[in-house]
Amino acid sequence: MSEAAVLSVRNVSKSFGSRRALDSVSVDVRKGEMIALIGPSGSGKSTLLRSISGLQTIDAGQGRIDAFGGAVQSDGKISGKVREARIRIGFIFQQFNLVGRLTLFTNVALGSLGRIPFARGLVGAWPAETKQAVMAALARVGVAEYAAQRANTLSGGQQQRGAIARALVQKAKIILADEPVASLDPVSARRVMEILRDLNREDGLTVVVTLHQVDYALRYCERVVALKAGKIVYDGPAVGLDRKQLIDIYGPEFEDVFWEGAPK
Amino acid sequence: MTASVTPADLLKPPSKPLGQRLFDIALWGGIAILLVISFGPAEMAKLPLLFENSDNMRQFGREFLHPDFSDGAFLVGQMWLTIQIALWGTAIAVLLAVPLGLLGARNVAPPYIQLPIRRLMDALRSVPDLVIGTIFVVAVGLGPFAGVMALALNTGGVLGKLFSEAVESIDKGPVEGVRATGAAPLQEVVWGVIPQVAPLWTSYALYRFESNSRAATVLGLIGAGGIGQILFDSLNSFSYSRVSAIAIVIVVAVSLIDLLSQTIRGRLL
Repeated sequence: MSEAAVLSVRNVSKSFGSRRALDSVSVDVRKGEMIALIGPSGSGKSTLLRSISGLQTIDAGQGRIDAFGGAVQSDGKISGKVREARIRIGFIFQQFNLVGRLTLFTNVALGSLGRIPFARGLVGAWPAETKQAVMAALARVGVAEYAAQRANTLSGGQQQRGAIARALVQKAKIILADEPVASLDPVSARRVMEILRDLNREDGLTVVVTLHQVDYALRYCERVVALKAGKIVYDGPAVGLDRKQLIDIYGPEFEDVFWEGAPK
Repeated sequence: MTASVTPADLLKPPSKPLGQRLFDIALWGGIAILLVISFGPAEMAKLPLLFENSDNMRQFGREFLHPDFSDGAFLVGQMWLTIQIALWGTAIAVLLAVPLGLLGARNVAPPYIQLPIRRLMDALRSVPDLVIGTIFVVAVGLGPFAGVMALALNTGGVLGKLFSEAVESIDKGPVEGVRATGAAPLQEVVWGVIPQVAPLWTSYALYRFESNSRAATVLGLIGAGGIGQILFDSLNSFSYSRVSAIAIVIVVAVSLIDLLSQTIRGRLL
């Protein structure tokens, strides 16, 4: 693990039955990077992100995943200290994963659970500091006026921005975003991507985002990691991805994965 | 339609597959045979007696049509006691059912906890409240408390099972959302699971309160107090006009509770 790497994935494999979702994947993420993880459906993008947060176990064996120098999981077992890593890793889901019947405010306040005393978190007695942090985070992503509304009354874009606010209250140093814009309309999608880029540029957060739309990957991220059938087939600067490589990754129909036109 | 479509061009309308038709015949035929076999043992041949002994029925009915409300206030008081038994029985049952329902859910507890809890709930459920009540009458003596405990244990088993099935049908996304913040497992349950099941749990608990206020009446049979006990005493002393008054009080009270709880449940879901 190199000096500046905040995430390290080593020889990670994961099988679901006979299907190999990840096949000896190794990748390092350095502090302050914004990385797009691309690849066709079923290539293992989501599996990789979920494994990094310990939401999913990897296969037993040599594979291990470390965050901030501490183990998240190794040899197919989630580390007993995984919560320490999770506190510093914000996770954004394709389906937002807010608790629908709770208000947006409460959902975002849940980001503080790992940092405040256990009993306060259990009964929802949020410290004043948390309350201020929640409102600041909601204002930052532009949905503060919906704080009192139930999450399931909000639009997809509003919910996804709420999910980002939750990661901010968490004081996450890394944001892992699993298809954060796949369920959104184009305007909301762009807004969410811009927020992620601002957090990367202005706050120095490390961002790893899986994207189905390659043009978004090229526009917002400097580094692109491409997966195909569970193997890394490209890892380098976004500008290095040309037509030929995209055809390698996605096959001849690669133009389908662009929202706004493929490169000539 | 301009083009002429001959019947031969059309796709055949769908028909039931043979297997399904045979199954239907077996099912309905089986039910018919069972009914015929059971006719004798159930003494269904006595059906005409209902009409032959109409004099007795008329006598019974005449007293029934003149309900004796001379101690109406007392009856209403006893009905209220019965409802109070149901209220406490259900409340304790809910307190039991929350941990049982969570620990009995496959997606919350590991199998070595979940499976024994399921069996415990089955056991609680399978013993009728009348039997549990009799045991408690021995332990704590005659009176409402035995009734409360009987309802609490039986309903605790029923609600525990319903609660855990509700937990098993939740969306795991929000739970993962909470988990990803670094929350402790108990916090995941409180914030990720409970909000999702709260409406269904409340609805089940209200429904059980409804049925418990009926069950609490029957518990009077074993001396658990309340309107049920008065009912059985009156039946045993053949004072049918009093029985009639009691029946009216029960029907009105239970209907009111049903109505109230249905309104609340309708709001919740």
